[in-house]
Amino acid sequence: MNLVRIAQLSCGPEYSGVQREINEAARSVDAEIFFPDIRLADIREGFDLFGLDVRSPDLKLAIARARALVEGKIEADAVFIATCFRCAEAAIVRNELRRYIHENSRLPVVSYSFTERTTAGTLLTRMEALTTIARRRALLAREVQEGLTLGVDSGSSTTKAVIMRDNQIIGTGWLPTTAVLKSAEDAIDIALKEAGVKREEIQAIGTTGYGRFLVGEKMHADLIQEELTINSKGAVYLADRQHGPSTVIDIGGMDNKAISVQDGIPGTFTMGGICAGASGRFLEMTAKRLGVDITELGPLALRGMGREVPMNSYCIVFGTQSLVNALAAGSSPEDVAAAACHSVAEQVFEQQLQEVDIKEPVIMVGGTSLIQGLVKAMGDLLQVEVVVPHHSQYIGAVGSALLASGFIKGS
Amino acid sequence: MVKVFIYPTTSLILSDLVARFGHTPLSAALQIREHIQTPGLESPPLQITPEDPKKGLKWAAVEVPSGVRGRMSLYGPMLEQAEAAIIIHDADFSFGCMGCARTNELIQFLLRKRGIPVLDLRYPRTEEEGIEFVAAIKKFLNELAGGGA
Repeated sequence: MNLVRIAQLSCGPEYSGVQREINEAARSVDAEIFFPDIRLADIREGFDLFGLDVRSPDLKLAIARARALVEGKIEADAVFIATCFRCAEAAIVRNELRRYIHENSRLPVVSYSFTERTTAGTLLTRMEALTTIARRRALLAREVQEGLTLGVDSGSSTTKAVIMRDNQIIGTGWLPTTAVLKSAEDAIDIALKEAGVKREEIQAIGTTGYGRFLVGEKMHADLIQEELTINSKGAVYLADRQHGPSTVIDIGGMDNKAISVQDGIPGTFTMGGICAGASGRFLEMTAKRLGVDITELGPLALRGMGREVPMNSYCIVFGTQSLVNALAAGSSPEDVAAAACHSVAEQVFEQQLQEVDIKEPVIMVGGTSLIQGLVKAMGDLLQVEVVVPHHSQYIGAVGSALLASGFIKGS
Repeated sequence: MVKVFIYPTTSLILSDLVARFGHTPLSAALQIREHIQTPGLESPPLQITPEDPKKGLKWAAVEVPSGVRGRMSLYGPMLEQAEAAIIIHDADFSFGCMGCARTNELIQFLLRKRGIPVLDLRYPRTEEEGIEFVAAIKKFLNELAGGGA
């Protein structure tokens, strides 16, 4: 596999003891981190021309390096921007550099704010996405599914399987994730049954999600790929917005993804969520506490007034406490459901969407996109009409099935 | 002989000046060399591990970014040994450079808090200023107890 060269623009990782983790994450996806070498005179010029008057010399160096990359003075396949968590000066530089590189080059870029606890495992999916975009542009350009393919999304909460034939979804399977392999096998069986096809007829298989490696290796998948690129591709495919800009939001069971997409290929993305309070897990807990099925939470929320209930789910424990207090104070289940949806949407808005450029259409995908109250809350915050495509809960599986068709012999 | 903290701590010129006038420079090079030469560590390029930002908690609270605390784990012990300090303001990158402005502010504050003799100088921009710059450093170092030359 060809080595992907990732240029690092950073301040602080070597002093935080995490440079080794960054290198390790890159190595594990056959990539190499390098620091762009530039002359002292270029640092002064690059920094002055960029126009952001920061005090920290390492940030000035990062700015000058970014300019050298954009101007083509230094060759790279992708860019990784890393600065200390909680540093305001670095946060401004990080965001502006990501935007600058995104707008002025074709280089995929990802940024991350680290602490001394950051591990290679935390960085893996981001690095994998960076290298996928750099390495597989041709594959990601695929717009039509061909042949008979299977896509499996082994997620942290649920496992999804989709069978596609000649650009049509002909079978789906959805189960809670318990034992990773067993859940995948069962979801696939459901999808095969619905599609009316046998496993041996499948021409290509793609896997994504947290369990992608385990499931992919077991099934001899043709494509094992992280969910950032897969979901972007699946989202624009299902929403029929394969050309031009779009923004994909996936509020997952364990983490959230916000991806700025151009022509179906992610440009910048953020992945994370400070606490489970900003994830689908909090909505599951809310539904349980209200005594309704998760599928009923959305319609319930649409009937409520979120502003009537003070709730901030920054932390799932405190969020649940607010929920219990609100119910004890006599708030209606509808208002509490709406407040929970608003709270999750607000956390994602404040923590993640600030880091990507929101361009319409905004496409929400994943299981939580079926909770109408959450979609409405997100639309209200962003002041846009959020698009939820059909089969949005199967986004990873659809994206995998779509891209896997590129591996069919003769395709 | 007095232990003199130099700022920027990476300045080889300043380190050399302090040594030439008979004192011991406290510079980043020595601290980093010690880290790099410590056997058993594998955390390139500076051999700073995630444990070091925790050591930095002695000088900066946990809400301070890890990069600042990691740097303080290097510079903090030097600050505690310092008996005098020379601080060069607005130094050119080629003279010596310290990457993080917040760490730099903290270092300068902690130096002043120690109540040790501190020489503040602006980085020279002309030859004439350069001569005055070296003369000021020489005078300061000579006046320190036990100064040579």
